[in-house]
Amino acid sequence: MKSRYSIFSLARNAMNYHKDWERAWRSPAPKSEYDAVIVGAGGHGLATAYYLAKNHKLANIAVVEKGWLGGGNTGRNTTIIRSNYLQDPSIAIYELARSLYEDLSRDLNFNVMFSPRGVMMLCQTEHEFRAFKRTAHANRLAGLDCRMISAEEVKKIAPIINDDPNCRYPILGAYYQPRGGTGRHDAVAWGYARGADSLGVDIIQNCEVLSIRRDGGKVAGIETSKGFIKTKKIGVVTAGHVSTIVQTAGLRLPIESLCLQALVSEPIKPVLDCVVMANTVHGYLSQSDKGELVVGGGTDPYNNYSQRGSFPALEHTVTALVETFPIISRLRMLRMWGGIVDMTGDRSPIIGKTDVEGLYVNCGWGTGGFKSIPGSGFVFADTIANDRPHPIAEPFGLNRFIEGRLIDESVAAAVAH
Amino acid sequence: MLIVHCPVCGAEGDETDFHYGGEAHIRRPATQDPTTVSDAAQRDYLFMRRNPKGLHFERWRCDRGCGKWFHAVRDTVTMDFKATYGITELPPRELMEAASGEWAAFFKDKLDAAKPSRKGKSS
Ligand SMILES: Cc1cc2nc3c(=O)[nH]c(=O)nc-3n(C[C@H](O)[C@H](O)[C@H](O)COP(=O)(O)OP(=O)(O)OC[C@H]3O[C@@H](n4cnc5c(N)ncnc54)[C@H](O)[C@@H]3O)c2cc1C
Ligand SMILES: [Zn+2]
Repeated sequence: MKSRYSIFSLARNAMNYHKDWERAWRSPAPKSEYDAVIVGAGGHGLATAYYLAKNHKLANIAVVEKGWLGGGNTGRNTTIIRSNYLQDPSIAIYELARSLYEDLSRDLNFNVMFSPRGVMMLCQTEHEFRAFKRTAHANRLAGLDCRMISAEEVKKIAPIINDDPNCRYPILGAYYQPRGGTGRHDAVAWGYARGADSLGVDIIQNCEVLSIRRDGGKVAGIETSKGFIKTKKIGVVTAGHVSTIVQTAGLRLPIESLCLQALVSEPIKPVLDCVVMANTVHGYLSQSDKGELVVGGGTDPYNNYSQRGSFPALEHTVTALVETFPIISRLRMLRMWGGIVDMTGDRSPIIGKTDVEGLYVNCGWGTGGFKSIPGSGFVFADTIANDRPHPIAEPFGLNRFIEGRLIDESVAAAVAH
Repeated sequence: MLIVHCPVCGAEGDETDFHYGGEAHIRRPATQDPTTVSDAAQRDYLFMRRNPKGLHFERWRCDRGCGKWFHAVRDTVTMDFKATYGITELPPRELMEAASGEWAAFFKDKLDAAKPSRKGKSS
């Protein structure tokens, strides 16, 4: 068991000039066999391993990662956390995740900096206003703490917003989730990694999974760049890289990989203490604790594995936000980057079993899966441990595409977040 | 930024002059005989997608030129266009041969059917 982080460990290590901090996780060599292997050390993979070990007492498991842990979309996202989706199955899983975030720092003994600063989704057309009202009613039936607010209230919460009633897309109001907000993306990956490691999970970095080996209708193990690893249960959690991996087991998925970009400005004094999403014009904005404005928008249109997006998509996002927040027009941008996101037809994730025995997938989170990491890991671990979908995961199974039982969130999530 | 070439009118422009139309060579099964279409075939048509890391065969529309749809072969890692070809045509033979994974499986019988002398139907 690891020593706990606390005010005392901080003081003790300060006395030692910070030379004696224990490593947060080990770097073990892979064993020849595990009870279960998780492919991909992003937030979802690490959370799955953590809950497998913590809730289901499976200790002989590994997480195999081709690069460094948290280096995929988990370390590239704009960290918006909210749960006010339209459909009941979505509300259940996103709210499970959001509520786990509330207590996650204590559970992991790692500060994930969950900041429920409020998420405001602007209504900039009559249609959008009505659509959000519908979501508001659906959410109220589900017991979520969310409400519609007036244009005046929007201006009070975010004074830098453009409230000119004569602009092209005037603010008519907003849909507001006061307990939504942001978190520290790296810390979520690191916290789950440290937690899983201390429960005995092997996290194997710089080890690429090349293919899945099958033994008839069952999985036999994985071929990796560090050799073959035998296992009876494989959970593939590799976001935009899921299609190419499961294809080696003869499986197809209803997924396309696109590039989603984000950028941050130079740091400035505090101007915005909530998250603002402007779906009609395709942009959203928040301010990090360092003072940078964190900017995001929609995906590039075409399939992409290069982790580099195109300029027109960024230009579109920035144009929209300058219109919404004229004060930011002179800001310089510091960094921009892209991540390869896994998009499904109904914009909802895929969680569950496959036609191959022992092969489980958790993917399709697309542009919005940071917010769901704790809930997704929780239900996916339960699904793998018991070889049947957790009730909250069940609606997200692959069979929904054959049954036409889609969970359509393309309206609620018109913009990436 | 992608530079795209239209094989119909010859226009060249950046990606904002064109519209991406997703995976190419998808056939609507119900067009032949709706009564025989299985749920799985309908799912494949509506939702399953070839999502290769490497050569992809896709549709584009010449938005600000002639307005016509056409096909393209593009590498999803390097972003290079390898060829563009007509909306009713198959890709150049050497690109069908270079395809991997699900696309290789898709083109296999087309390559077997086409005699070597009919190669290069590219525009
Ligand atoms: C720019 C951007 C902004 C976003 N903003 C938000 C937001 O504000 N709010 C929100 O909720 N979501 C947001 N998202 C979405 C969110 O980031 C993702 O849905 C989420 O992080 C996915 O986590 P994951 O663990 O599934 O995938 P990842 O974090 O991508 O992890 C997958 C891991 O698998 C590894 N891998 C891939 N192939 C292999 C292989 N062959 N062998 C071994 N390992 C492999 C990768 O290296 C990677 O580390 C955003 C995404 C992007 C790109
Ligand atoms: Zn043209």
